[in-house]
Amino acid sequence: MAKGCEVIVVGGGLAGLMATIVACENNLKVKLFTLLPAKRSHSVCAQGGINASVNTKGEGDSPEIHFYETIYGGDFLANQPPVKAMCENAPNIVFLLDRMGVMFNRTPEGFLDFRRFGGTRFHRTAFAGATTGQQILYALDEQVRRFESSGLVKKFTGWEFLRAVIDDEGVCRGIVAGNLHTQEIEFFKADTVIIATGGCGMIFGKSTNSVICTGSAQSILYKQGVKYANGEFIQVHPTAIAGRDKLRLISESVRGEGGRIWTYKDGKPWYFLEEKYPKYGNLVPRDIASREIFNVCVNMGLGIDGKNQVYLDVTHIDRETLEYKLGGVLEIYQKFMGEDPYTKPMKVFPAVHYTMGGLWVDYKQMTNIPGLFAAGECEYQYHGANRLGANSLLSCIHGGMVVGKTVAEYINGLAKSCEDISDNIFNLEKQNVMAEFEHYKTLNGKENPYMLHQELGEIMTENVTVIRYNDKLLKTIDKIKELKERFKNIDILDNSNSGNQTLFFVNQLKNMLDLALVITKGALLRNESRGSHYKPEYPYRDDENFLKTTIATYNKNNDEPDISYEPVDISLIKPVPRKYD
Amino acid sequence: MKVRVIVERRKTPVSTPYINEFEVDVDETANVISVLMEIRKNPITVTGEKVAPVSFECSCLEEVCGACTMNINGKARQACSALVKHLGNKIYLAPLRKFPVIRDLIVDRKKIFEGLRRVKAWIPIDGTHGLGPGPKVSEKTQRLGYKISRCMSCGVCMEACPQVNDRSNFIGPAVIAQVLLFNLHPTGAMIKEDRYEALMDEGGITECGNAQNCVKACPKQVPLTYSIAKLNRDTLIYSIKRLLDS
Repeated sequence: MAKGCEVIVVGGGLAGLMATIVACENNLKVKLFTLLPAKRSHSVCAQGGINASVNTKGEGDSPEIHFYETIYGGDFLANQPPVKAMCENAPNIVFLLDRMGVMFNRTPEGFLDFRRFGGTRFHRTAFAGATTGQQILYALDEQVRRFESSGLVKKFTGWEFLRAVIDDEGVCRGIVAGNLHTQEIEFFKADTVIIATGGCGMIFGKSTNSVICTGSAQSILYKQGVKYANGEFIQVHPTAIAGRDKLRLISESVRGEGGRIWTYKDGKPWYFLEEKYPKYGNLVPRDIASREIFNVCVNMGLGIDGKNQVYLDVTHIDRETLEYKLGGVLEIYQKFMGEDPYTKPMKVFPAVHYTMGGLWVDYKQMTNIPGLFAAGECEYQYHGANRLGANSLLSCIHGGMVVGKTVAEYINGLAKSCEDISDNIFNLEKQNVMAEFEHYKTLNGKENPYMLHQELGEIMTENVTVIRYNDKLLKTIDKIKELKERFKNIDILDNSNSGNQTLFFVNQLKNMLDLALVITKGALLRNESRGSHYKPEYPYRDDENFLKTTIATYNKNNDEPDISYEPVDISLIKPVPRKYD
Repeated sequence: MKVRVIVERRKTPVSTPYINEFEVDVDETANVISVLMEIRKNPITVTGEKVAPVSFECSCLEEVCGACTMNINGKARQACSALVKHLGNKIYLAPLRKFPVIRDLIVDRKKIFEGLRRVKAWIPIDGTHGLGPGPKVSEKTQRLGYKISRCMSCGVCMEACPQVNDRSNFIGPAVIAQVLLFNLHPTGAMIKEDRYEALMDEGGITECGNAQNCVKACPKQVPLTYSIAKLNRDTLIYSIKRLLDS
């Protein structure tokens, strides 16, 4: 066994923290790189809960049904064996979190309570009020702090991933990272690198994502030769509230606890989801609910007050229940909208929410570069064409567990440690990054980088979300290329050498532009409708041509993605049409 | 509507603070984060000087991550949930005072996390392998625990506390409340003595001067003074027992 520098984890959300914990349990030393203290990672925003078929309500739920519904909900685009493993591991994960002290809601007898979520008719979702992600993130952060205390974990807080170091044999041996505060750029050696950097909602300007979810790390890796899979699958959540700075999520759990969607038609309340989908009602999967709301507002012009918004109504539920089960999310509505959701229906509209696609990984979470692994929202593996609510926390933790074990096996099998690799390749990559950053500092053109980002977000939201048309996707590609040109004429705004945020933002922007191209080109070439990807010109699923994973690889010659396709592993469940009515 | 924004800035951790004044046009739904975002898009002061955009930390923008905490019109709070329409025509922004400044409105709050480490704010589990469900917890305990576990380590309570200052190393209200959270849990309670010892150490619970500012300032209504009072009692009982046992 090689002994030396061991594991680097990039990202302090659920996947990164779980990977860290399991690696430490395997006696590996971990360097944990995070943009902010791990407690402030985006997992903190997850509200509704985490799925596990524990069947404590005597409904006959089981991991097999959870597996089936996840595959079905994802419109059969996910490789099935890893999803099966995740659903089977789910009860174990929830019990583990319970042992870690997550303050899950309880039944009067003291057992874990479960609620309903979209795409299922079982009570399968464990929850801690409406701040489940926050509670779970804190529990994992505490366990990592315990390992930090015993010396196995070293934290690099306020460092951004800037490059993987890949040696002549094509093996990942470490990273180059930059300190957001001191602006120092340095290389770090490792035997394995685990990327757990979350989604890329910021490409759409405003989304329910935290502002740190730029997808910058994924984009850098894609340009370094890592395959990026199913980029075009972006989940639009049906219920968010508008804001100048972001679109704030109003959790699906609000509907899980009985919240109803409606608008006025002919002067009377119209519960259009309940009417059209009597079986699932307000709990149809997110892609379907988003399209229906979009249709009612945009095509039928029936939005509340003539605007793009419908009601999400909990006023029929008693205050005590609402406070106990949904207090956290209703508080967000109250604070940011200044209206009382307990007595007045909330006004909501769909918003970009989750990145189903991501770095391609094998069933053990390794990318196509040996030594480079990925887990969590930044990889593509568990959700197919649409993610079911409350499966994201699960996939992050499960992926983290799998990768933590895998890296231990991988390191065991390594012939040489990264200590045996000459400093030259590390220094070379560091010099490359430094040169790039020095170049940014000289930019004094006319374009404001934040304005360019706004333009990117606007066109992506307009053309690459709920409804997609090929002519508009083509226009979007042209626009992204135009933005890439204008990027060269950027004004860096700040040339100081301490806490210079624009410098790092400009780098993120560059990466967002390249990943936007991956998303849009993938969408253009997929001429069918499946899960979150909907084209009115091709309204049906086309298994013959598109029951395939989209693979984007970076082409240096034209600075664009090459798109190819891989078969999907459907060895366990035969695809059938997906219906919820 | 037009608002004046007066920002106390600093170029490096050791340089002298200076003031920049901006005028920003925003609609009435805007929060302080949107104002700072507008400034980035056009970083020109009221005197027409082009300056570097104001550096500030933020992430979730939903008041759950704690990142964007700063002093707004003299009060420490999250910038994301500070709506401009409630702040008047002039908005004064300054970094937190009880933590070292990194740049402009960014501060280093690592002492909160060090505090959590000192008091062993975790449940000592055997491992992540399958060991079945955790211990049963009553709904009553869960309700109290949940209130404390919403603490986002933002530092507002420390900013409000007169006992957190240059001359003391008081661990602060947030960390003390976390001790109660972990002592509430059946497995967490197995190392409660370690936590009592940490709280009775220098900079621990006896530094609390009972000003009760913390509980009023906390954006998440964490029962801080309740937790401190409870732990005052618990550590007292523990120290008497320790004396009798020695």
